Amino acid sequence: MQFAPLPVVIPLIVAAAMAAGSGFLHRRVLDLGALATSAAVLAITLHLTAVSSKGVIVYWFGGWQPVAYSHFPIGICFMIDPFGAGLASLVSLLVLAAFTFSWSYFESVKALYHTVMLVFLAAMCGLCLTGDLFNLFVWFELMTAAGVALCGYKSEESQPLQGALNFAVTNTIGAFTSLIGVGLLYSCTGSLNMAEVGATLSRGSSGHSFLIVGFLFLIAGFLVKSATVPFHFWLADAHAVAPTPVCILFSGVMVELGLYAIARIYWIVFAAASQPMMNAIRTLFLTVAVLTAILGALYCYGQRHLKRMLAFSTISHVGLMLLAFGLLDPTALAGGALYLLGHGMIKASLFIGAGILLHRFRSVDEYDLGRVNRQIIPIALMMIAGAWGLAGLPPFATYFGAEQFEHAAAEQHLTWLAGVIAFSEIMTSAAVLRFTGRALFNLGRGYSIASRGAPHIHMEVETHGKHSRVPAFMWLPMALLLLAAIFVTIPIRHSAAHYAAQFESAPVYESAVLGQNPSQFVPPQRPAVIHDESTSSTWWTRIVVVVGMFFFALLGIFPRRRNSVVSRALYRAIGYPLLRLRPLQSGRVGDYVAWMAFGIGAYGAVLLLLR
Amino acid sequence: MGHAFSYAGYVTAIWLFLIGLYGVVTSRHLVHLCLSLTVLQASTYVLFTIIGFRPGLPAPIFTDGVTPGSPAVDPVVQALMLTDIVVEATVVALLLAITVRIHRRSGTTDPNQVDMMRG
Amino acid sequence: MTPKWRLIVFFIGAAGIVCLFALVRAPVLRLNEFRNRYAQQINTRTFAERNVTDAVSAVNFDYRGFDTIGEEFILFVSVLGSLVLLRMAEERKDEILLDALDRKRDVGPSDATRLWILAMIAPKLVFGVYIVTHGQLTPGGGFQGGVILATAALILYLGEGFAVFRDVLSHTAIEVGEAAGAGAFVLIGMLAWFWRRPFLTNILPLGKSHELTSGGTMALISIATGLEVAAGFILLLYAFLQENLTIEGEE
Repeated sequence: MQFAPLPVVIPLIVAAAMAAGSGFLHRRVLDLGALATSAAVLAITLHLTAVSSKGVIVYWFGGWQPVAYSHFPIGICFMIDPFGAGLASLVSLLVLAAFTFSWSYFESVKALYHTVMLVFLAAMCGLCLTGDLFNLFVWFELMTAAGVALCGYKSEESQPLQGALNFAVTNTIGAFTSLIGVGLLYSCTGSLNMAEVGATLSRGSSGHSFLIVGFLFLIAGFLVKSATVPFHFWLADAHAVAPTPVCILFSGVMVELGLYAIARIYWIVFAAASQPMMNAIRTLFLTVAVLTAILGALYCYGQRHLKRMLAFSTISHVGLMLLAFGLLDPTALAGGALYLLGHGMIKASLFIGAGILLHRFRSVDEYDLGRVNRQIIPIALMMIAGAWGLAGLPPFATYFGAEQFEHAAAEQHLTWLAGVIAFSEIMTSAAVLRFTGRALFNLGRGYSIASRGAPHIHMEVETHGKHSRVPAFMWLPMALLLLAAIFVTIPIRHSAAHYAAQFESAPVYESAVLGQNPSQFVPPQRPAVIHDESTSSTWWTRIVVVVGMFFFALLGIFPRRRNSVVSRALYRAIGYPLLRLRPLQSGRVGDYVAWMAFGIGAYGAVLLLLR
Repeated sequence: MGHAFSYAGYVTAIWLFLIGLYGVVTSRHLVHLCLSLTVLQASTYVLFTIIGFRPGLPAPIFTDGVTPGSPAVDPVVQALMLTDIVVEATVVALLLAITVRIHRRSGTTDPNQVDMMRG
Repeated sequence: MTPKWRLIVFFIGAAGIVCLFALVRAPVLRLNEFRNRYAQQINTRTFAERNVTDAVSAVNFDYRGFDTIGEEFILFVSVLGSLVLLRMAEERKDEILLDALDRKRDVGPSDATRLWILAMIAPKLVFGVYIVTHGQLTPGGGFQGGVILATAALILYLGEGFAVFRDVLSHTAIEVGEAAGAGAFVLIGMLAWFWRRPFLTNILPLGKSHELTSGGTMALISIATGLEVAAGFILLLYAFLQENLTIEGEE
């Protein structure tokens, strides 16, 4: 328990030390220090995950325990449970991978890269572990500031700056909308502690409209961060231009942290008080999730630049994770958590692949690449494995996660959601397969109809050193992350549902934080069902996904002739929607913010009309 | 009178939020965009300050006649906002630095004219 | 999207936002029983527990000190990001700068202005240090005092020009100062951790009230924060002024 503040404090101290010595510290020292720090944080967060599995850990900063103040929390606390600490472990694992990838070759200006990455690590860990609403906002702002600094620092071209600007403006507006939400809640509950606010709201008599408005404003910033429709526009711009180690973190964990915050806020602060409106909230989240998944998948298939393609794939998968949360069910939440872990690792390894391609060939454009090179075949095979994992196929963690929340959807009579999930998985993995086939195996001729209108982005080379070989510290993390995505399921597959059920029960956290009636978590009446044997319907879905994935990939590589039936059907299903939707992603920040305003208004209208 | 003051403050906060948002949406100059963000940030400061206001009570500085422990205005809200104001100024500085670089690079400060990634 | 559609989409959203705000005006504005809880706890206990008279600083540096660490690092990272964004190839920068400075030497503020400005620097510095160190007694603290100290550097530039600004304030020293300020805050928190108490506990003796030494670690934290904020803003000034002059020099 002594170790609770360390995941945040250690990176901050090391970052300050590196910044102080940036003028004279050798690159090796910086790299080693960064690696050691992230490894230490990984060890500590894994330890916290293990310890918190026996009971929620609550750590009061400054020693301000609420027991002495008639159980009112006057300080800030860390509220650590296996989900939060597990997510913090994923964060530190990916930071470790990023630092390994960027060892010595990656261009850094003095010590800026290492310093800001370590601060980014601290902010993300803080967000995972905190139990206080304003503290949540502070770490969110720090994440945004560090992300902007990392995104735009290769500022010799104007496109990185555009990506950084769009990122900064949209996320800052989101952060301040969340802050307004914190203020609204504070005005009615007099506290900033999540558990206390939740307890007060559930006991008090705040009207439904207050709960809806407070909830909406509070999660607005996290909706922006997690790139849900219509707050998603900034993600593709930021990813396309950020340096590879930064992309690893953005797609692997930063976006998912937004979802985690939404889930945490909903279950601890609002769930008890807004019980009568549960169906309205479920409808809203499921609708948004479906829109996000489908839109992301469509855009993903229509890209030619690997990083932008992976960014849209992240948007689509975030839609799936939001779907898992939106079912408001412990099995689904557990499945979503598994899916998040698997997706984070697989996406990180795919981005490392993009970084390797950039280092080796100075390009990640599907049509600019096209050399078959014996050395690159292992990388290509790993990317195909990554696509397999993105499609939610065994043995990756994504399969086990998707299986669980598909099952929860079926239990709620929403079996058609499996179709949406399949569509998203098919299109996103087909896009990566198509890229690998055309760019790395030099298959296919001509332009695919889906790539018409895709932006051709000039990438700057971000590494120095010999570009003719791929050093071990680049491909090793890629391989290890793919293996981790397979093996991470083993320890947690069966206990995830138990901790998900705990995550959803606010009284456990209230008693842990406020110390009133310490109680151990008692599982709910209905046991969370885990299916060891996959039902035949799951197998059918997987087969459909595999077939669809290869079909669309081959279709993209070898385009059919214009007039065939297949071609026309595909145009109507995919080409035409893409044609209409592409202008929306205009690159102009004014459009993005207009959609953000529209989104807040629309979400509010939906919730108010459905309650 | 306290009620009217808070009401005016609330309307001010809403107005600042919306006008800041409008400024960002319709901006044709990047510096104008960054400053519209500042206006949006100001709306949160106003909102928090009126939430912390208690009519008739002194400031939470317990010296010069204010006995320690006596009721005063909310200090928590003020503490949150004062650090925010200073810190968000530097975040806007970061955005302005991006603006300067964009202007250096592409010669324009119109967010609608910057070299786009479209699609 | 055409500008017209952008406005339409925005106004629909804005109308929705106004409705949302209007719906909650009653709960937010009406003084309910819960709102004062936090304030009451802090106000009644600050003097008794920490011997300080400024509750706002007590909240910032003691009760919610962990938030302040985060905010401080937001400032740190933003300054660092701005510095890197405004950098240029080092060799080009110096030539152009010296050129621009040479050309500016004849055109500067009048002697009367310079005299007044120079006379103001010392009082500003003293006032800034006063605000930083008296944070726990009267309204003030590291953030406000740090900004005042940074304005002293600003008026030095206004009065004397960038050449003197550059000579007086060494860039490296201020960078180190900023990092030291940020790190010092975290290290003070770690002091408590090494003594087996929760991070950021106030473990130093609390001193007598109404004196500079009251509040234990609060005084030290205030000084560290003041150093960091002042250094951060001076670095920002440095970077933007240098960029400005380089642009002028190139024209």
